[in-house]
Amino acid sequence: MIRLLALLALLAGGLFPMLAGAVEPRERLADPALEARARALSGQLRCLVCQNESIDESNAALAHDLRVLLRQRLLAGDSDAAATQYLVDRYGSFVLLKPPFEPATLLLWATPALLLAAGGAGTLVWLRRRNRLPQGAAAAPEPLTEAERTRLAELTRGPGERAP
Amino acid sequence: MKRWLALLPLAAFCGLALYFALSLRPGHDPEVLPSAMIDKPMPDFALPALEGEGTLASAGLRGRVTVVNFFASWCVPCRVEHPMLMTLAREKGVAIIGIAYKDAPAAARKLLADAGDPYAATGQDREGRVAIDFGVYGVPETYVIDRAGRIRRRYVGPLTPETVARDLLPLLHQLGGPEAASGGAAP
Repeated sequence: MIRLLALLALLAGGLFPMLAGAVEPRERLADPALEARARALSGQLRCLVCQNESIDESNAALAHDLRVLLRQRLLAGDSDAAATQYLVDRYGSFVLLKPPFEPATLLLWATPALLLAAGGAGTLVWLRRRNRLPQGAAAAPEPLTEAERTRLAELTRGPGERAP
Repeated sequence: MKRWLALLPLAAFCGLALYFALSLRPGHDPEVLPSAMIDKPMPDFALPALEGEGTLASAGLRGRVTVVNFFASWCVPCRVEHPMLMTLAREKGVAIIGIAYKDAPAAARKLLADAGDPYAATGQDREGRVAIDFGVYGVPETYVIDRAGRIRRRYVGPLTPETVARDLLPLLHQLGGPEAASGGAAP
């Protein structure tokens, strides 16, 4: 019975990862629609203290303050973008877990394209060089000289046989 | 073509070595974030003063160079920083505005009574809301405000003698001398 309950709890934890957030009951908004917006937004905002968790997941005191602040902004009638911008104005775009496309993040966003271009260029050069080799050069090497032929015959003769 | 390729690992090594050398240089902390508030106006605030009934307001700080220090009695690095603040206030004549971050007033008062009070004026930010307006993400943090009321510098963590000598004092000198602020608390 206990095992079954534990299994069920484990499954529930896996099925509803949203419930695993750090949001405390007293932080929640009465309006489910607003609360859902707050949860979605806070999942996109970085906790400045832990730096690799969203404020939705973090137990840091600052994350709690920012969750409450975010909900206050939404209650005050802010749009999602305005509420997010409120924090970006104070903490910079680092507070966004998904970095925006701006001069400081140009290299970050361009890196996959640059790597693809470099790899493509390398492959192209390699293919060109391979195709430029004379056709059949590898398939038909130079014929053996007379000395080599004699040596080969000696080597391939079976054991016990004697040279004539 | 082949020779050029042979140099590739060496070039990659040099690039990585340069990157690591820059990242590991002394005094560089990759977790310290750049402030989004640099060159922006200091946020408006009006906080209850730590001592007495007065108010510490941002309006009272205009027209002079100000150092704003967020601290808390529960914050260990703040204790580390405290002697440096005392030196700045007593020996260098820097007027520092203290903001007690999420601190019990009695505890903050006790800290200043025990370890000395380096602040020209001290306000209480019980909710930490003013700190969020400044972009504070941990105490201690120290901000330099110029005469026009703009944030010019943010120091994360305790002020070290190196930071003070190399950066803070030259900056204050450049902005118009450390004699600057005398406090923004109304009586």
